[in-house]
Amino acid sequence: MAHISNNPTLTSSLLYLDGVSVSFDGYKALRGLSLTLAPNEMRAIIGPNGAGKTTMMDIITGKTRADEGEVWFAGTHDLRLCDEAQIANLGIGRKFQKPTVFENQTVFDNLLLALAAARSPLKTLFGLLSRSQHARIDEILEIIKLTHRRDHIAGALSHGQKQWLEIGMLLAQDPQLLLVDEPVAGMTDAETAQTADLLRDIAKDHSVVVVEHDMTFVRDLGVKVTVLHEGSVLAEGPLDVVSADQRVIEVYLGR
Amino acid sequence: MMSQILASLDLRGRIFIIILIALSLIVPIFTLCVPETSALHIPVYVVALLGKYLCYALLALALDLVWGYCGILSLGHSAFFALGGYAMGMYLMRQIGSRGVYANPDLPDFMVFLNWHDLPLTWWGFSSFIYTCAMIIIIPALLAFAFGWFAFRSRVTGVYLSIITQAMTYALLLAFFRNDMGFGGNNGLTDFKDILGFNIQATSTRVVLMMISSFLLIIAYLIARFITQSKLGKVVIAIRDAESRVRFLGYRVEHYKLFIFVVSAMMAGIAGALYVPQVGIINPSEFAPANSIEAVIWVAVGGRGTLVGGALGAVLVNFGKTYFTGALPELWLFALGLLFIGVTLFMPKGVLGVLDHINHKWGDKINLQKLRWSGEK
Repeated sequence: MAHISNNPTLTSSLLYLDGVSVSFDGYKALRGLSLTLAPNEMRAIIGPNGAGKTTMMDIITGKTRADEGEVWFAGTHDLRLCDEAQIANLGIGRKFQKPTVFENQTVFDNLLLALAAARSPLKTLFGLLSRSQHARIDEILEIIKLTHRRDHIAGALSHGQKQWLEIGMLLAQDPQLLLVDEPVAGMTDAETAQTADLLRDIAKDHSVVVVEHDMTFVRDLGVKVTVLHEGSVLAEGPLDVVSADQRVIEVYLGR
Repeated sequence: MMSQILASLDLRGRIFIIILIALSLIVPIFTLCVPETSALHIPVYVVALLGKYLCYALLALALDLVWGYCGILSLGHSAFFALGGYAMGMYLMRQIGSRGVYANPDLPDFMVFLNWHDLPLTWWGFSSFIYTCAMIIIIPALLAFAFGWFAFRSRVTGVYLSIITQAMTYALLLAFFRNDMGFGGNNGLTDFKDILGFNIQATSTRVVLMMISSFLLIIAYLIARFITQSKLGKVVIAIRDAESRVRFLGYRVEHYKLFIFVVSAMMAGIAGALYVPQVGIINPSEFAPANSIEAVIWVAVGGRGTLVGGALGAVLVNFGKTYFTGALPELWLFALGLLFIGVTLFMPKGVLGVLDHINHKWGDKINLQKLRWSGEK
């Protein structure tokens, strides 16, 4: 471990991936992926299908184990040794590509379940919702514009509303790092623009990693972009610089 | 206090509790106070039958808690039921004392028959009612904890979990069949005389046992209701619907499943313990996998995820069973099979689901009428 504490990039970054590889049945989904994210940074990840974007999120959140390489959070937590619940409690929240909310429960209950609070069975059995927690949920309902759907079943929401509810659940969870997978898929242009505003707002006091296909949206975010290709980083920098890169053009337009 | 409890429940829960209370007040009066010659007299076999149904209802409630709310389809809940039953049976055996066929004051008849000279260690303490009561809860809970600990930690879910719960109860069935286990082997435990000094055959004892079953069903319902209405209940429903999502929110899914599974096993154990003195026998056939599957059918018929539905289904199906096995014994199993297929195909939410549906329709019609009337004015 000695070399790790001496590594200044590792200790100063919130998220540190170095040489991460993983393969499924011989297919290499990630090949030596390295990426660092500073505290309170927002980063957009783009790349063609199969570039390893979702696999990268699976590695960070503990859903998939890396075959090789290092994954560190806040310079001190080795994420390869943690399971999903531990990682979530360290302060990493995730929004899935396909919106996954608890369909049979109300919008309010969805936020209540996500809300930062004790997670042990005993505490949830006897714990009561405090006034400040109640206020916080109402506040989030305002932000995600779902106040009028508060007591409705989440399964009855439209696709866009479910996306927003899931972002709301991330807000309620209040993690240090948010991993957001395709937040604007299936949204109208107006909703997409609103979502960009919302994410920029969140990024003021959180670190955010956004995976997205929608280039207008990525441009709206106006942050540093990492391009993934075949499981490793192809290019990194502002969107204009990256999109002028010859290799990136080749990957996106085909050879 | 009673009115406070009732006020905290929904309409369904209130009706459920009121029916149970009414039952445990009216039936004793018509059994004990109305003379046998009267047409209004309720014979004692009806009381015993009712008590048995209430035990099944408690088992169904326990099963609904794990299946309806947590999505764990346990096909081995009769194991917990039978273990609770065996604990009670052992107490009742010790109560016989020297009144057995062999008149041995220290050993139950079957042990004398097997030429045993000492009481096995497993029987220690079972002459104490309090120790027995503790074991009725602790033994099923321990089994559920050990089983759940490994199964849920290894993330065994769905049909695989159902199969190993089935294997668990089958393994116990085989074990309890063996004479050298010391639980009466094939014949099980029977010929009970007293419970807490009261003659177990006496009408008054039977009435009281039925009343206690009813009372404990109410208590179990209130506990289950408290659990499902708490935030823990919401987490558990979320686990049922999207297990991995709950993990990414930071909840330890295996702890929640373990909690629900253990609570449910305790309730099933109590149901078994109440069942044994009312039917007068416990033998290894209570572990039979078919019993567990029947309990699943009760919950499906009544409506899962409703608590009341499980209890309702248990009573309905067993009433049907009592009737059919008397009137058309060879048709019962076919009827049960058809019932399960019919419920799965046509009433996926069970009887309570159908009632809800009718209720909504009526509600809509009434609202429409009101709308029309207000329009005419």
